Amino acid sequence: MSGGWIIFYCDPDARGLRKRFMLLDLALHAPIYGPILPPMRVGRRGVGKSVTEAKGEVDFTALMLAVRDRQDRAAFAALFQHFAPRVKGFLMKSGTDAALAEDCAQDVMAVLWQKAVQYDPARASVATWVFTIARNRRIDVARKARGPEPGALDWGPETEPDQADIYEAGQETARLVAAMADLPEKQRALVQRAYFGELSHSEIAAETGLPLGTIKSRIRLALDRLRQSMS
Amino acid sequence: MSIRHHLSDPLLIAYAAGNLPEAFGLVVATHVSMCDACRAQLAVFEAVGGAVMYGEAVAMADGALEAAMARLGAPEAAKPLARPKLKQNDLPAPLQDYVGGGLAAVKWRSLGMGVRQAILPTAKGATARLLYIPAGQAVPDHGHRGTELTLVLRGAFRDATDRFGPGDVEIATEELEHTPVAEAGEACICLAATDAPLRFSALIPRLLQPLFRI
Repeated sequence: MSGGWIIFYCDPDARGLRKRFMLLDLALHAPIYGPILPPMRVGRRGVGKSVTEAKGEVDFTALMLAVRDRQDRAAFAALFQHFAPRVKGFLMKSGTDAALAEDCAQDVMAVLWQKAVQYDPARASVATWVFTIARNRRIDVARKARGPEPGALDWGPETEPDQADIYEAGQETARLVAAMADLPEKQRALVQRAYFGELSHSEIAAETGLPLGTIKSRIRLALDRLRQSMS
Repeated sequence: MSIRHHLSDPLLIAYAAGNLPEAFGLVVATHVSMCDACRAQLAVFEAVGGAVMYGEAVAMADGALEAAMARLGAPEAAKPLARPKLKQNDLPAPLQDYVGGGLAAVKWRSLGMGVRQAILPTAKGATARLLYIPAGQAVPDHGHRGTELTLVLRGAFRDATDRFGPGDVEIATEELEHTPVAEAGEACICLAATDAPLRFSALIPRLLQPLFRI
């Protein structure tokens, strides 16, 4: 149920190198991107507010770690309040009726509690992790069976999670939300349709308007890490 | 393993969105298990999913939080990062689930000329199968009505487009008419998925098609 974990092995030297790049990254972006998610824009997708408004918002990574490490029920409640409505909304947009979407959102949050031990803050933001759980839940419901999930790659030696990686992963959703808000309406709608399951892979392939370059330029963590591990 | 032929962005996006037929999803999950580059790309597209979901809040029913809190049981215990127990198996993990073990567990069926296949149990809409092609042997000349994904697990094959070795995935669409030939030396074992029946150029394979479900 862990969805699409990226499990990379970075050797210690690569990590050092990566950190130096990371510092440069942070220096470039710190004034623009706050440390946490921007406030949500209810019902007004696309009318973007800037990410600088993120200041003072909740740190979901910290809440998730409180759930994972201390079974903190109050932290779970805060995560539930934020994410359950989004899971429900996403599933409804994907064609699930409201009652089933409500049940599935409950299930997804129960999985978040149950499998919290699998959460690795250096690999994905909480939003991304919740998304993969919701996605898998949707597949399970549609097929009445588990979908195929990638297996783990080689496990590297256990190391303490890198704080810079955790920071970077926590930022990914905020960056992408900001990037999405900046997109022309047509492009944003295409991305959404792809994720709501309205476009098949061949329709996505035939679609030239998808802003893949923009998306990839906003999320460097996974790709950077890959380059590091290969260098 | 140096992989040269990767999954396309559209396939990774559709997989990230949970919108691929199961047979294609199996090829994607298997390739991603073998390929760092595609695993990283998939992580990007899953993050995009998180951002799309972010904008879609719909209020939960009254009492939803209380119901959720009442459900909370004992969470899964922390496990040391053990090596997955099937790690040493000769098939990537996603495939093991479908085969019920490693290569030895595959229930092959002969297609003639030494070519063997095993259909894997996936949902309707697309078909997944393992193909065993003896060294030097050709798969009959065929085209595709839809998309065919072929992931090499062992050995290698060549067709008019290129050479495909372990981990490489060929994405064949309607335009491609090809005759994959297994390289000399080692039998080629592939995982292939199609969303429409193949279109064979020669009469005999065409007649046999309904029998073999390819």
